[in-house]
Amino acid sequence: MALKIVKGSIDRMFDKNLQDLVRGIRNHKEDEAKYISTCIDEIKQELKQDNIAVKANAVCKLTYLQMLGYDVSWAAFNIVEVMSSSKFTYKRIGYLAASQCFHESTDVIMLTTNQIRKDLSSPNQYDTGVALTGLSCFVTPDLARDLANDIMTLMSHTKPYIRKKAVLIMYKVFLKYPESLRPAFPRLKEKLEDPDPGVQSAAVNVICELARRNPKNYLSLAPLFFKLMTSSTNNWVLIKIIKLFGALTPLEPRLGKKLIEPLTNLIHSTSAMSLLYECVNTVYIDVNTPPLPSLSLSLCLYLSLPPQLCVQKLRILIEDSDQNLKYLGLLAMSKILKTHPKSVQSHKDLILQCLDDKDESIRLRALDLLYGMVSKKNLMEIVKKLMLHVDKAEGTTYRDELLTKIIDICSQSNYQYITNFEWYISILVELTRLEGTRHGHLIASQMLDVAIRVKAIRGFAVAQMATLLDNAHLLTGNMQRMGICEVLYAAAWICGEFSEHLENPMQTLEAMLRPKVATLPGHIQAVYVQNAAKLFATVLKSQEGNTDSTAAQETSQLMIDRLPLFVQSANLEVQERASCILQLVKYIQKLQQKDVEVAEEVSALFAGELNPVAPKAQKKVPVPEGLDLDSWINEPPSESESEDEQPKAIFAKEEPKHSRPRREEVDEKELAKRREARKQEQANNPFYIKASPSSQKVYQEAPGVEHIPVVQIDLSVPLKVPGLPMSDQYVKLEEERRQKERAEKKKKEKKKRKEKRSGRGKKHDSGPESEEDITPAHQVDIVTEEMPEKSSKHKKKKQKKEKEEKEKKKKKKHHHHHHHSDGGGEEAVQNGTVEEEEPLPVSVFFCFLPLTKVYDIQGNLQDGSQVVVSVIFENKCDSFLKSMEFNVLDSLNSKLQRPEGSGPHDGLTVPFQLPPGVSNEARFVFTVQSIIMPQKLKGTLTFIVKDSSTHEKLDFKLHFTCTSYLITTPCYSDAFAKLLESGDLKCSSVRLEGVNMPFHHLLARICFHHHFSVVERIDSCASMYSRSIQGHHVCLLVKVSAQTVSIDAKCDEPTLLGNVLDEIKQTFSQC
Amino acid sequence: VQNTVQHVLLQAEDMQQQIIRETFHLVSKRDDNVCNFLEGGSLIGGSDYKLIYRHYATLYFVFCVDSSESELGILDLIQVFVETLDKCFENVCELDLIFHMDKVHYILQEVVMGGMVLETNMNEITTQVDVQNRMEKSEGGLSAAPARAVSAVKNMNLPEIPRNINIGDINIKVPSLSPF
Repeated sequence: MALKIVKGSIDRMFDKNLQDLVRGIRNHKEDEAKYISTCIDEIKQELKQDNIAVKANAVCKLTYLQMLGYDVSWAAFNIVEVMSSSKFTYKRIGYLAASQCFHESTDVIMLTTNQIRKDLSSPNQYDTGVALTGLSCFVTPDLARDLANDIMTLMSHTKPYIRKKAVLIMYKVFLKYPESLRPAFPRLKEKLEDPDPGVQSAAVNVICELARRNPKNYLSLAPLFFKLMTSSTNNWVLIKIIKLFGALTPLEPRLGKKLIEPLTNLIHSTSAMSLLYECVNTVYIDVNTPPLPSLSLSLCLYLSLPPQLCVQKLRILIEDSDQNLKYLGLLAMSKILKTHPKSVQSHKDLILQCLDDKDESIRLRALDLLYGMVSKKNLMEIVKKLMLHVDKAEGTTYRDELLTKIIDICSQSNYQYITNFEWYISILVELTRLEGTRHGHLIASQMLDVAIRVKAIRGFAVAQMATLLDNAHLLTGNMQRMGICEVLYAAAWICGEFSEHLENPMQTLEAMLRPKVATLPGHIQAVYVQNAAKLFATVLKSQEGNTDSTAAQETSQLMIDRLPLFVQSANLEVQERASCILQLVKYIQKLQQKDVEVAEEVSALFAGELNPVAPKAQKKVPVPEGLDLDSWINEPPSESESEDEQPKAIFAKEEPKHSRPRREEVDEKELAKRREARKQEQANNPFYIKASPSSQKVYQEAPGVEHIPVVQIDLSVPLKVPGLPMSDQYVKLEEERRQKERAEKKKKEKKKRKEKRSGRGKKHDSGPESEEDITPAHQVDIVTEEMPEKSSKHKKKKQKKEKEEKEKKKKKKHHHHHHHSDGGGEEAVQNGTVEEEEPLPVSVFFCFLPLTKVYDIQGNLQDGSQVVVSVIFENKCDSFLKSMEFNVLDSLNSKLQRPEGSGPHDGLTVPFQLPPGVSNEARFVFTVQSIIMPQKLKGTLTFIVKDSSTHEKLDFKLHFTCTSYLITTPCYSDAFAKLLESGDLKCSSVRLEGVNMPFHHLLARICFHHHFSVVERIDSCASMYSRSIQGHHVCLLVKVSAQTVSIDAKCDEPTLLGNVLDEIKQTFSQC
Repeated sequence: VQNTVQHVLLQAEDMQQQIIRETFHLVSKRDDNVCNFLEGGSLIGGSDYKLIYRHYATLYFVFCVDSSESELGILDLIQVFVETLDKCFENVCELDLIFHMDKVHYILQEVVMGGMVLETNMNEITTQVDVQNRMEKSEGGLSAAPARAVSAVKNMNLPEIPRNINIGDINIKVPSLSPF
């Protein structure tokens, strides 16, 4: 035996440690992979040894290799071994390795549950800390469920170091196991006021994260956070809280007003400022710069601080020489842009200036802002600038970003800002000359879209596309440009479809049939072939008019010569089309040789024009009778899917019976509301084609082509531009055109004035050029099914309507809000321990429910006879409630603890007032003599309603269950076994029938509702333990067979046991 | 996702090498006088995330965070982290980090836990790290003395021992950072 140990330590001497490994890797730069594979072999040997030190060393090295990108999942079991070492050194290595290598699908994680639980309750706080840290990285839903209770207990650990970690990890637990939120929340809230700043910060952190996902559930915490904000000096906490308020204020506008004062205090008071700067960033902010961006900006929006003011301050930031501030300024600006585009627009100069910044991050931010800044007036100028950047840009990422932004900006809201489409086409053509862009398809789709929808531009577009096709070799020259060849797709299609506009169709036809085309991607070739046929038809038509018939025959011959190349294509589509067309042309040639005129018939193949389809064409299809689009086809999904962590959601899930029937009696109002909601959703859903707001009318008759408005356009600019276009020249032309227009308008207006302007003339005075004055040179075919023609009158009406609707919406919102504050009464917040919503007396004065109360009773660990009851008061009426007094009729057994000197029947003043819609929590301490029986205490709450100044009274009952005297206490199987063997415990049992839930849910429910912890679980059998505040042991053995659950229980106090079992039974009878 | 604060070395899964490469590529080509924020990395998880980095001599410390974090705050956290490293390693240099990756992780774990900021007070962090290191020492450490001796002997023949080559000390220019 001794020999073996000696041998082990000698072996160890030759092991590499981490430093040796690193050194070795650095020395084997040339054959690193080989060296590492020998190292891995060594590690495998080391892992086979019994010595835990050797194993730990091996795992430590593996962790490093994992970081280098090597797969070490094969060692997962060894990692677990090292984790369970009793020495802190090894344990830490094990947990580090686990946090790096374990993930949800690692199956050994199941084995770790008990080890982690043991570590969590270790007397050494650092064992616990290491376990918590590790767990935070690899927690799974199973682990979260099994360990939630242990972690919850740790939240009240005596050491702040553990409390802090336990609080923080709860967020991870909530994510994995949302059901734990409900029971843990009161304690989490309590930690917001922890004496240790670290714990407090962690609690704020967690709640802010929760609130970010679902702010409205945390509105009730606003007063608490408000207090923290004014009292805390921890800047991390402050930043988090202010960010949280940023999310809350849109939900509760009154909050905004309240916040102004403390915020401005924070912003303006110099001492606070210097403190902020000092702490948050000494290097980056000097004291003269305006408020801390991260802190105050997100809020400025929602506060009644006028956005202009906020933007002004941002401007100072952006002009700062510090790049970080510049970046943050722009970031905040883009947030404001969403709500107040107008106030940002005036800083266009600044943002354009930022486009020239040397820093890409800043340029990207500025690009983002540009989108909301363009107008008809400045579009050309901005795009010109962007085009310059495109030429200068180095990285392809930035250039691609520029390209998409240019297209985004130009095409936004149906090309609203484009006044000259020739210019736009030339921009698109210029963009095709970009090296190596990925966005060829984007340019192509724009080309197609514009050519189809802007009829007047077709001639110009076709000429441009023909040039593109002619110079296709430039685009496909090298492989890098393959992305851009997508535009040839568009070019070929446009040339074919609108071939009547072609100057020289024969030349284009030849260009499309070049052998080089066969190197293009298949889908492009297919378009080439198809459109070559279209062109062929056009060419024939022009040639047959001539007396010389040989030209036409030569064209056919050209087709017959070139098409076989495509017939051999590997692409099925190309092959099929080519062979079909080839046969057709051969037949045509035969006819031609017989001097038959075929041109008419050939062009008939491609006759007819493609019209764009109205986005709302579907609407015109009448709904068949008897089809109700609003009725449910399947059972509706539960209403609260996205609100997993919302406490109410849990309740709803537990009692689905209550909410179902309500749904069946949906009335008209409800339907209308839903329809409205769906419309809202559709408006926000990019996959829905948007409807303009005045589309409520239903057309009875079937739609005809005549419904599609065709806009007549006369062009004020000559169309012919030889060669490839230069977009720049359009800027000049446009300028001239506008001037001309302005002059004309002036003339007209003068005339009008002479004729005495009628009251309806609403045109702006011809001073500086305004947005509406710029009429587009071309108009986009925006298909609305609304009106056969688009008269200006109609447009005005539309606008008016829109306005009205907006106003209505505003009102509705407002109204809705009110509803929210007084339409309460439906949610009884359930909690893990005891809960009961008070049956509220409906007094004459309160036909609405004024208050809800929810309470939670918890045993006090330190004192075996004290119970803390925390009561949440929620004001559900419209009035302010004050002077609340809480009083309970003491029983022999339980007494409310009153401050010294007050009589036994005096009430306790609730230390806060309740504005409408607000809830707050108060705690009351009770002294309890015997805990073996549940009991009910009667009590009253008196309060004054501010408006009517009347005293009101509310009766309630407090139900102290035996469960509430139990405290979750971990217990190990060995101790548990001893306890059972000791024979001091009395036995009792209970059977539950018809419990239909998975076993682990069942256990979780007992754990949460009745404060037990699982000691051991084998298949469908588990032992559980809990302790009362007076030290009674309660042991359960839970077995499940079919739908029957049998619980055998032992306790040193039979009455207590009987009551606890009754309560458990009740819990399950409710579900 | 929650406020993911990740040290570049802590990223998960097979993608991690690729992420690190891309991040390094993005960060290393930036000048010193541009801002410390970086968006648009295609691998880091969407537009809600951004990279926040600081550059010390030959080292980059990169955190990837979502919008729930304050940008300047994270810059400061990096500073706290680096200063903590400096304290714990006593004048930290690049080689310290290379050879003691495990220790770096232990320190980082006291600052960031499971992607959430745990502690921002440097004194608190160093105290906890120190206590744990002392515990390790009292247990005899991972490698007992003999193993050390052997590894020293083993290295004697190696051509290059980088122990004395000091590539770029980390310069810490911010001496007075008041605690949070």
